[in-house]
Amino acid sequence: MVGFAPKQTDILAKEDKVAGPWKEAWRSFKKNKVAVVGAGIVLFFTILALIGPWIAPQGLNEQDLPNRLLKPSSEFWLGTDHLGRDILSRIIHGARISLSVGFFSVIGSVVVGSILGIIAGYYGKWIDTIISRIFDIMLAFPSILLAIAVVSVLGPSLQNALIAIAVINIPNFGRLIRSKVLSIKEEEYITSAKAIGMRDVRILFSHILPNSMAPVIVQGTLAIASAIIEAAALGFLGLGAQAPSAEWGKMLADARVNFINAPWTMIFPGIAIMLTVLGFNLMGDGMLDALDPRMKN
Amino acid sequence: MTEPLLKVEGLKKYFPIRKGVLSRVSGYVKAVDDVSFFVNKGETLGIVGESGCGKSTTGRMLMRLLEPTEGKVVFDGKELTNISNDDMRKARREIQMVFQDPYASLNPRHTIEKILEEPLIVHGLGDAKSRKKKVRELLEIVGLSSYHAKRYPHQFSGGQRQRIGIARALMTNPKLIIADEPVSALDVSIQSQVLNLMQDLQKDLQLTYIFIAHDLGVVRHISDRVGVMYLGKMVEITESELLYDKPLHPYTQALLSAVPVPDPNFVRDQILIKGDIPSPSNPPSGCTFHTRCPFKMDVCTTVVPKLEEAEPGHFVACHLYGERAALINR
Repeated sequence: MVGFAPKQTDILAKEDKVAGPWKEAWRSFKKNKVAVVGAGIVLFFTILALIGPWIAPQGLNEQDLPNRLLKPSSEFWLGTDHLGRDILSRIIHGARISLSVGFFSVIGSVVVGSILGIIAGYYGKWIDTIISRIFDIMLAFPSILLAIAVVSVLGPSLQNALIAIAVINIPNFGRLIRSKVLSIKEEEYITSAKAIGMRDVRILFSHILPNSMAPVIVQGTLAIASAIIEAAALGFLGLGAQAPSAEWGKMLADARVNFINAPWTMIFPGIAIMLTVLGFNLMGDGMLDALDPRMKN
Repeated sequence: MTEPLLKVEGLKKYFPIRKGVLSRVSGYVKAVDDVSFFVNKGETLGIVGESGCGKSTTGRMLMRLLEPTEGKVVFDGKELTNISNDDMRKARREIQMVFQDPYASLNPRHTIEKILEEPLIVHGLGDAKSRKKKVRELLEIVGLSSYHAKRYPHQFSGGQRQRIGIARALMTNPKLIIADEPVSALDVSIQSQVLNLMQDLQKDLQLTYIFIAHDLGVVRHISDRVGVMYLGKMVEITESELLYDKPLHPYTQALLSAVPVPDPNFVRDQILIKGDIPSPSNPPSGCTFHTRCPFKMDVCTTVVPKLEEAEPGHFVACHLYGERAALINR
């Protein structure tokens, strides 16, 4: 009988490793093929953005006027534009601009939106009313109109376009976080955190914030996609990146005059925008499924 | 007689009802209305009542998780109702709480170790190493294993989670534990295990419990004294045995007659109380139970009965007993 009993010491020595919620989300994300493709596209453009200047076949602004508006060929894979610049090289350089605009503008709106959303959700009352009404007012404008207004106040430049895109996305994140905080605040583990004598600030950062992050990450990924489009739109309108920048939207705008004769000047930057946005959207959808608690058992 | 560990006097909680655009206060929900009781060191006070009678609100006010509208809470000779929020936060080291829903009361993103360690960190007790040691000790004490420390709450059953909830309440060596329906979310077979664990812990660690429940059988099993609440008021409070053998208040009598008896041949003499529990936003005048009481007298509709000692150690708030009864009977 004694021989069958498991050795107590063995059990105690072995502290089992268990996957945390993030690891589990990663596991279910990996199973989603479409999302992995999206992540692959995002990874591809990210690498392009990081090492672009070293792999681009031609310089960013090397004008070669005799070779203007050339068709795609073995020398110029994606053709040349109206100043004879290699479009492939410019798209590779543009990846850095578009991705950093997308990424940093979303970081900006997440940080500001989260702070405002948390304050509104956790403290409630009049401060919630004020913040929420400001969000409502901002959301009442079409976002691109608001971005144009912000840029025209600050002056047209890539940096100001980034700020404008960050500003217009603040209410989306603010509302999201606020609603999440409102629901988590009522959870019993928050009451129990209070009952053990925890300070408000600590409850906020150790319990409420980590539990409200999942939808923000999803929304953030999707927002990078729309930020890239918005940056391109502002660039196209001449309110974002300025010549001779290789920002994709700016490239589309430059191609406008010649696109009947030389459609490749417009098609390839357009495809670059589309692919990046598609990649972020697919990845975001996959993350939504992976992080959504309702999808779990 | 020794000084009680906890003394509650005239505790009230009125929630304002706001109406209209300007959120004017149009009335109050009297969730807890003038409740007084005491708890001796080392004993268990059970508080029973229907849902919405204010028993959980009372429990939360004792720890000031809800601010009382009025009244005094004296714990271990120190008044809790007039100290600053920060002092109250520190005082919570001595009073801990076990919650009803073991699924909702543990943060799903924290490991058990982190959950249990948190009270120690908050109150600045011990260093990292001694904290981890204490976490594992307590896991063993509540009947889990120390290797569970690295797991997440969703990997445990309801009963195991409630054990974790109890372990968390014990981390800071509190004197008083307020258990708010700690077993009502559990299966009956698990309920008794958790109750027995709580009783064993009480013996070993000299704990004092306030045990809030709606299940009379459970309360009888664990309590030394029992208080019965109805519509925000304490209607009867006495020794557990006295209450179950000889309930005085008509409401308590009705409640007890509804407890199932495990005997198929038992013919119950059930007292049915008619109607629904009245709204606490508009409670009946006089004795709040008069709308449903089978022994209603004229005086009940006008005069609020006080909680009086009808027999030695047996307090009841009913006009059938006490001085007024003597006058009426004469």
